[in-house]
Amino acid sequence: MSPVAFQKIYTHITNITKATCSLKASGIGNEELAVVHGRLAQVVKIMDDEVTLQVFGGTEGIPSNAEVIFYNRPPTLKVSDDLAGRFFNAYGHPIDGGPEVEGEERPIGGPSVNPVRRRQPSELIATGIAGIDLNNTLVTGQKIPFFADPDQPFNQVMAMVALRAEADKIILAGMGLTNDDYLYYKNVFENAGALDRIISFVNTTEDPPVERLLVPDMALTAAEYFAVDKNEKVLVLLTDMTLYADALSIVSNRMDQIPSKDSMPGSLYSDLAKIYEKAVQFPSGGSITIIAVTTLSGGDITHAIPDNTGYITEGQLFLRRDTDIGKVIVDPFRSLSRLKQLVIGTKTREDHPQVMNTAVRLYADAANAKTKLENGFDLTDYDQRTLDFAKEYSEYLLAIDVNIDINKMLDTGWQLFARHFNKAEVGIKQELVDKYWPEK
Amino acid sequence: MIMNNTKKTTGKVSGIIANLVIVRADGPVAQNEICYINRDGIDLMAEVIKIIGNQAYTQVFESTRGLRIGSPVVFEGHLLEATLGPGILSSVYDGLMHDLHEMTGVFLKPGEYTRALDPEKIWDFKPLAKVGDQVLAADWLGEVMENSIPHRIMVPFVFEGKYTVKSIVAAGSYKINDTIAILTDSNGKDFPVTMVQYWPVKKAIKAYKDKPRPFKLFQTGVRTMDTLNPMAEGGTGFIPGPFGSGKTVLQHALSRQAEADVVIVAACGERANEVVELFVEFPELEDPKTGRKLIERTTIIANTSNMPVAAREASVYTAMTIAEYYRSMGLKILLLADSTSRWAQALREMSNRMEELPGPDAFPMDLPAIISNFYSRAGYVYLNNNQTGSITFIGTVSPAGGNLKEPVTESTKKVARAFYALSQQRADSKRYPAIDPIDSYSKYLEYPEVQESLRTSISDDWVDKVMLVKNIMIRGREASEQINILGDDSVPLDYHLAFWKSEVIDAIILQQDAFDKIDFNTPIVRQKYMLDKVIDIYETDFEFDSFEEVNPFFKRIINQLKQMNYSEFQSEQFKRFENELYKIIEERKVKK
Ligand SMILES: Nc1ncnc2c1ncn2[C@@H]1O[C@H](COP(=O)(O)OP(=O)(O)OP(=O)(O)O)[C@@H](O)[C@H]1O
Ligand SMILES: [Mg+2]
Repeated sequence: MSPVAFQKIYTHITNITKATCSLKASGIGNEELAVVHGRLAQVVKIMDDEVTLQVFGGTEGIPSNAEVIFYNRPPTLKVSDDLAGRFFNAYGHPIDGGPEVEGEERPIGGPSVNPVRRRQPSELIATGIAGIDLNNTLVTGQKIPFFADPDQPFNQVMAMVALRAEADKIILAGMGLTNDDYLYYKNVFENAGALDRIISFVNTTEDPPVERLLVPDMALTAAEYFAVDKNEKVLVLLTDMTLYADALSIVSNRMDQIPSKDSMPGSLYSDLAKIYEKAVQFPSGGSITIIAVTTLSGGDITHAIPDNTGYITEGQLFLRRDTDIGKVIVDPFRSLSRLKQLVIGTKTREDHPQVMNTAVRLYADAANAKTKLENGFDLTDYDQRTLDFAKEYSEYLLAIDVNIDINKMLDTGWQLFARHFNKAEVGIKQELVDKYWPEK
Repeated sequence: MIMNNTKKTTGKVSGIIANLVIVRADGPVAQNEICYINRDGIDLMAEVIKIIGNQAYTQVFESTRGLRIGSPVVFEGHLLEATLGPGILSSVYDGLMHDLHEMTGVFLKPGEYTRALDPEKIWDFKPLAKVGDQVLAADWLGEVMENSIPHRIMVPFVFEGKYTVKSIVAAGSYKINDTIAILTDSNGKDFPVTMVQYWPVKKAIKAYKDKPRPFKLFQTGVRTMDTLNPMAEGGTGFIPGPFGSGKTVLQHALSRQAEADVVIVAACGERANEVVELFVEFPELEDPKTGRKLIERTTIIANTSNMPVAAREASVYTAMTIAEYYRSMGLKILLLADSTSRWAQALREMSNRMEELPGPDAFPMDLPAIISNFYSRAGYVYLNNNQTGSITFIGTVSPAGGNLKEPVTESTKKVARAFYALSQQRADSKRYPAIDPIDSYSKYLEYPEVQESLRTSISDDWVDKVMLVKNIMIRGREASEQINILGDDSVPLDYHLAFWKSEVIDAIILQQDAFDKIDFNTPIVRQKYMLDKVIDIYETDFEFDSFEEVNPFFKRIINQLKQMNYSEFQSEQFKRFENELYKIIEERKVKK
C-alpha cells in the first residue's frame, strides 16, 4: 500500500491536535487516505480548502512542515484466496513474515446488503456446549457477543466455538489483543490443524489504539470476499469490541465532539451497528456469522458499550463461575440467542423449546430458594428439590466443558426433570410429557 | 408545493463533515428542501436542515465517502415527499420510499433510487364521483382493488378549496399516471388528476372533518394488552424496554394479529434480520380477519441500523404519511415503529454535527416537541363523507441502560396514552410478554366512552373485572414482598393465597407464548372466558393446613389452565383439561 507516483506533496500543516492535523489542500475526497510524516491518516473533515486528517498512530512528534501525501482513495484491502492462513496488522500488511497478498483491491467498510436480498438465517451452528446449543442456539448469519469480565476465559471459549463450528473460514479481528492472547489463538488454530482456514487482522496492545478502528472493516471485507465471491460460511471473531469503542471515544473526544453517555460518541449505536450488521445469510449460500467479545467493567451491562451492543446484536452470552460446581458456565438467565427460534423444535427435536424453557424456569426457582436460604429461612421440600436440580443442571448441561450433541442434551434435561420433579411441577405440554418423560 | 421557480437553484459543495454537507447556493433555497449532490456522476439525495446566508447545511442520505469540495448540487424545489397511489401495499421501501425490491444487486448502491409505484401496472378503476360533484381534498373520486382492499383514488391533498368534477373516466383499466378525472376550481381553471399524488412527509395530512377521542377497543389478541391495558382504535401507545425484553416480538405479534385493515411497519434503525422475518412469514401467514395473506395488507419501511442514518429520521415520517393516506380511504390502520429511539438518535447525531446547543443526554432541545408532533398525527377521524378511518400508533422505545428516566422515554410518556413497560425481571424469568402489569397503564381504560364500548362489546361487568384483576396483581406483589422479607412460615397463610392467586392470573392471562400455534393469538371471547375462569378461582375459598400445601396445589391449577391455553378453544381436549381443573379445585374448596 504505497502512494501512486507523481502525487502532489504538501509540506505545510496549519493545525495539529492530539489526533488530527489540518492543512490547505484541494481536490481531496472525503474519507480519503493520506500519509502524514510517514503515518497513515484519513480525511475526516473538509471546509473549503482546509482538510482535516485523523492520524491513526497519533500526532506525537509531527512537525508543522511534515510531508503529507494523499492516496486518492479510501482504505482498501487486496482480496484473494491467498488471504487464507495469513496474519495481518490493522492496515492489512502481513505480520507473519510472508509476502504481501496480491488480489483485487476493495474499499473497506463498503455498502450494506439490501434487506430484501437477505435470506433468513436457518442453519444451526453446533458447538457441543449445552449452555449454547440447548439454551442459546446459534445460527449462521447471526451476530452475538460474549459479555464477559476481563478475567473470564472468553478467548478460550471463543476459540473452542470457532473450531467446532465447521466454518469454511474463521477470521480473527483482534483489537487491543495482548500479545499472549494473540499467540494463544495462533497456537490453538495451529494445533487444530486449522491454520489454512484462518485469517487474522490483529492490533495488539503494543500498537496505537486508534489503528484498531480499521480492524473490523478489514476483517469484514475479507469475510465478504469469501462469503459472496466464494459462497463460503465465514465466522468472524471480534475481540475485544470494548477496546474498539474506547478508540472511537478517544477520537471523538480529541475532535471536540459532544459526548453522550459514558463519554462515548453520540453515534456509537450507528458505528457498532454498521459492523455487526455485516452478519448475513446470503441467498447464494454464503454467510457471515459474527461472534464478538465485549468486556464489561464490574459486570455493568448498563454502560454505553454493552448497552448499545445489546440493542444491536442478536442476543448475548454471559459467562459466569458457578461456585457450587466450581466451573465456568454459560449463564442461562442473562444469556439469550434471539435467532434460536428459527431452528429449535424444527431443525432440532420438537421438545427442544419446552425442555429449554422449563429447565431455565426451574433454575430460577432454585435461585429464589437460594435467596431464601441466604436470608436464613427454612426451605420447603420443593425448594430443596430445585436446589438439587440446579446443581446437576449446572454440572451436566451448563458447564462449558460439557461436549455432547443436542439430543443428548434434551434427554439429559428430561432425566433431570424426572429425577427431581413430578409431571405437574414441570408443566410441559401433555403430548410431549407422554412421549419423553423417562419411566423408571 | 413551496416554490414554483421554473429554474432550479444550484450550488457547489463547500464543506463536508461525515454526512453533513455544506452547499453554497446560487439562488433561493427552502428549509427541508431536497437536493441532489453529484459525486463523480452519482446523484446523492440530501435534505436542507439549516440555512445561513447562501450556505445550505444539508444532511446527505448516503455515505459521503469520496465527495469533493466543488461538487455540483441541484435543488429540487420540493420537500421530502411520499408517492401515494395504488401499489403501496405489499411493498418494501427504504426510509425515503424507494422500492427495495426494484434495486439491483445484493448490496445497496448509493444513488440507486428506485420508484415507489409501478407505472406500468394496470388497475381496474371504478368511479365513485359523478360529473358536477363538488369535491374537497381527500374526497373519493373512484376506487381500485388493491389486493383485497378498496383503494380510494382521492382528490389530491394539496388541493385547497372547492372543486367541481368536470369529467371522470368510465370504469375500466388504467395506469397510475393516466388522468382519471378533471377538476375545475372556483376560477374555472382545470386540473387533471391521476391515481398518484405527492405529499411532504413531515406535514400532517389534515383533510378530515373531525378527530374525536378514541372510544373503542382495538383488539390485538395479546391478552395482557386487550384485557388489562387495552389499546383504543386510533390511540397511541409505546413500549419501552431494555434490550432483549421483547419489544420487537410484541410488535411483530401485533402486526400479525391486530384487527386492522392495513398495517404499516417502520423498521427504524433496527436489525435487518428482523425485517427478513417479516418478508419470510407474511407471504405465508393468514390475516385472521380476512383469511388473505398478511403481506397483502402490509407495507414495510425498512431503514435498518446499517442503512444511512439520516434516512432513519425520514423513515418514520414516510410511514406516517402512508398511514394517513390509507386512513383517508376510511380504513383502520395500525402503524408500528421499532424503534423511535433510533430516530431520536439520528436527530442527535445531526444536531451534534451542527454544533447545536445540546439538551439532556446530548439530544436536541426540541426533541419533546418533535415527538409530540409525531404522535399527534395518529387518531380516529371522521372523513368529509362521514366515513371513519383511524391510525393506531404504537412505537417502541429503547432506553439507554434500560433506565426510563431518559429524554426519549420521558417525552413519549407525555404524549402516548398507553404505556406498556417491559420489565427486565419478567423477561429474565421468561414471563413473556414481559409487560409489567402494575407499572403499565392504558389511559383509555379511564375514558367513559371506552368503558362504555367495552361494556357493550364484551360484558356489563367487564371493566369492574379488569379493575379487580389489577388489584389482585398489586396485592399479590405486596404479599410476595412480605413473604420474601419475613419468610414463608412467618406470614399468615392468606399471604400465600394472595400471592398464588395472582400467580394464576400471571401465568394464564398475562403470560402468552408468542411462538405457540394456539396460544399466540387470543380472541376477545376467549379472553373473557379465561378471565372469568381465573376470577372464579380467585373468589373460591380454599382450605389448607399449612402454607406448604399452597404452592403444589396452585401449580397443579396453573398447569391445567395452561394446558387449556395451549388447546383449541372449546375443543374436546380443552374441555378435558377444564374437567381436570374442576376436580383439582374441588379437592380443597371449602364446602359451604
Ligand atoms: N412473547 C414472547 N414469547 C417468547 N419469547 C419471547 C417473547 N418476547 C420475547 N421473547 C424472547 O426474547 C427475545 C428478545 O425479544 P425482542 O427481540 O423482541 O427484544 P427487544 O426488546 O426488541 O430487544 P432490542 O431492543 O434489542 O431490539 C426473543 O428473541 C425471544 O427469544
Ligand atoms: Mg427489538
